[in-house]
Amino acid sequence: MKRFFVLLVLLGVLLTSFTFAAKTKITYWQYFYETKKITIDQLIKEFEKQNPDIEVEHVTFPYANYNQKVASSIPAGVGPDVINLYYGWIPKYVTSGYLIPLPEEDFSKEYLQSQFFSFVSKGIEFNGKYYALPIAVRSLALFWNKKLFEQAGLDPEKPPTTLQELVEYAKRLTVYDKKGNIVQEGLTMQPSGQGHHWIREVLVRQFGGVPYTSDSRTVLYDKTGAGSDVLKFYTDLITVDKVGYPGFMNDDVTAFKAQKAAMTIDGSFRIGTLNKIKGLEWGVAELPSYMGVKSNFASFWANGITTNATQDPKKLEAAVKFIKFLSSPESMKLWLKNVGELPANPELAKEYYDDPVYGAFLRGLEYAHATFFVDESAQRQVMMDAVDKVVLKGISPEVAWREAAEEEQKVLDNFWSSIQ
Amino acid sequence: MRLRQKKILTAYVFLSVPLLFFIVVRFYPMVYSFWLSFTDWDLISPKKNFIGLLNYINIFKDEVFMKAIVNTLKYVVFGVPAVIIVSLYLSLVLNRIKKFQGFYRLLYVMPYITPLVAVSWVWKWMYQQPPIGFINNLLTIFGIDSQPFLMSTSQALPSIVVTTVWVNLGYCVIIFLAGLQTIPQEYIEAAKIDGANRRQILWRITIPLLNPIIVFLAITQSITFLRIFTQVYNMTDQGSGGPLNSTKPLVLYIYQKAFMSFDMGTAATATVILFGIIMVITLVQMLILNKNIEY
Repeated sequence: MKRFFVLLVLLGVLLTSFTFAAKTKITYWQYFYETKKITIDQLIKEFEKQNPDIEVEHVTFPYANYNQKVASSIPAGVGPDVINLYYGWIPKYVTSGYLIPLPEEDFSKEYLQSQFFSFVSKGIEFNGKYYALPIAVRSLALFWNKKLFEQAGLDPEKPPTTLQELVEYAKRLTVYDKKGNIVQEGLTMQPSGQGHHWIREVLVRQFGGVPYTSDSRTVLYDKTGAGSDVLKFYTDLITVDKVGYPGFMNDDVTAFKAQKAAMTIDGSFRIGTLNKIKGLEWGVAELPSYMGVKSNFASFWANGITTNATQDPKKLEAAVKFIKFLSSPESMKLWLKNVGELPANPELAKEYYDDPVYGAFLRGLEYAHATFFVDESAQRQVMMDAVDKVVLKGISPEVAWREAAEEEQKVLDNFWSSIQ
Repeated sequence: MRLRQKKILTAYVFLSVPLLFFIVVRFYPMVYSFWLSFTDWDLISPKKNFIGLLNYINIFKDEVFMKAIVNTLKYVVFGVPAVIIVSLYLSLVLNRIKKFQGFYRLLYVMPYITPLVAVSWVWKWMYQQPPIGFINNLLTIFGIDSQPFLMSTSQALPSIVVTTVWVNLGYCVIIFLAGLQTIPQEYIEAAKIDGANRRQILWRITIPLLNPIIVFLAITQSITFLRIFTQVYNMTDQGSGGPLNSTKPLVLYIYQKAFMSFDMGTAATATVILFGIIMVITLVQMLILNKNIEY
């Protein structure tokens, strides 16, 4: 009897170890954001149901030490097989030998072009190869406060549609005290927030320029189109029209939340924050056009395959399947519903064009550009400094704009020289 | 083994524990960052290529780095004398009152024990423009024009110094009060009998006898101001050390290089240079300020 039991247990152990061995386990890493974590967990369950031979381990960690965590995991050999990263970090991760290109047979050019907005393939390309796929994307739009529109005698359902209107509305919406201090901003002016994206990818293009060469190695915004007129337009809103200034009520988001700013340009990721504010009646519209030109800035987090996964062909195959699954229209739908981020698939996006909240962002994706950042914080600093030079130091927009281009060129040169 | 030897051995055994801790937690990272300053490590890459002194050559060509050094020295030059003079004055006054001394002491220590991030944000809001900023509203009441404070390239750094002085006051006041209590009452009484006035007592007796305390505070406060980070990170736009790098101290420069630009090599180089500056300043202070005073 005893012997029988021992045999039974042994058999059980053997059987379970056999089934475990047959399963391929991959590890997925992303930073912790509650709805994202829950949604990924849900998606993993579905994925494992479709692929019973694959097991996905989901690991999250705080956003604050994302890169440190990743960096320390490599030497320790505990890194992920599939990793979620900001598209702007792709060059760095690739040159560090961390990411491998998406296998071409699974992710062909046709697949990318048919399944994703055009800016996506540009954002994930590095030296002619593609490295990661997004589940969802983010874009910019104009948020406006309906109550403040009413108070200023404007139609609360009619946001400005052109830059001229934007300026005109902003002036009417700005409120000053007796001493001339702004007590309510007409339009937030915060280059350190989304403002620098608006200048770089939207205003530059609307003023007839191009921000960078197509290989992203050379700054062009000072040499093309109306050049420094872009900076002049932006800083005039601060110094001449006085509709707002950087740092009013600390930052643009706080000012808009506190109903002290009538209009702001912000990203789709702000929807959740604004929904939570009681008594704030806001609308959202496509970014104002200028001379018939529409433009937008889009960004995204994407899933890439690490060198870890190449140790075992089965792992690589599972990773490919998992990334494809995460970027499928079904996953995107769930993502929009749970997380509130926009689908990266144009066909799917069209279904939501009439949505009062997401519509404006999604329509913006059609003509959006994703800046190829080599060092986003340094490149943002360049734009912040350009605005500060004009506003605080009284330097002419021509000089400030030229210096900005030189500074940013240095950042780009620094990066490209380090990888050759 | 004799008893003496045994005792010594026991002492070493006990000492080895903190020693081991210091070697692993303090010295190893220090030596490691020295080594990193000679590499081009980018935080994510497993490769750390040795590039000799290239980082040191390049960093001195970086305008932002030079600006950060100047700013750091400004923090020390403005901050340390201010905090020492104000706290010495306050402790002299506090030492004279007998009632509620504990209460006042608590009041001055409060900023010091409050988390620096919270203090920074409260001050950031107080420095805001009208109609939000408390300080500007106060100025307006007295008919003075509102000031840009943190939004100006010339006022931002002094504004942060004021906050830091306010924070560190409590600590310095406590140390000074403790020092004042060690001055023998007989000296002061003897001086009074000899007809010395208050000022003479202060300059001839109190301050010379407080010298070790002043040296101690000058050194610790210098190090505090040389390593200033939290206030600047929280009080400037997006932690940039702006506007236009006018408030950026070395530690913030290091942080940005390491964790925002992923340039660990340069960050380590700046760290080594900061280490050097701190050491030099501390040695100089000890040489100049440390005088033995005996009566």
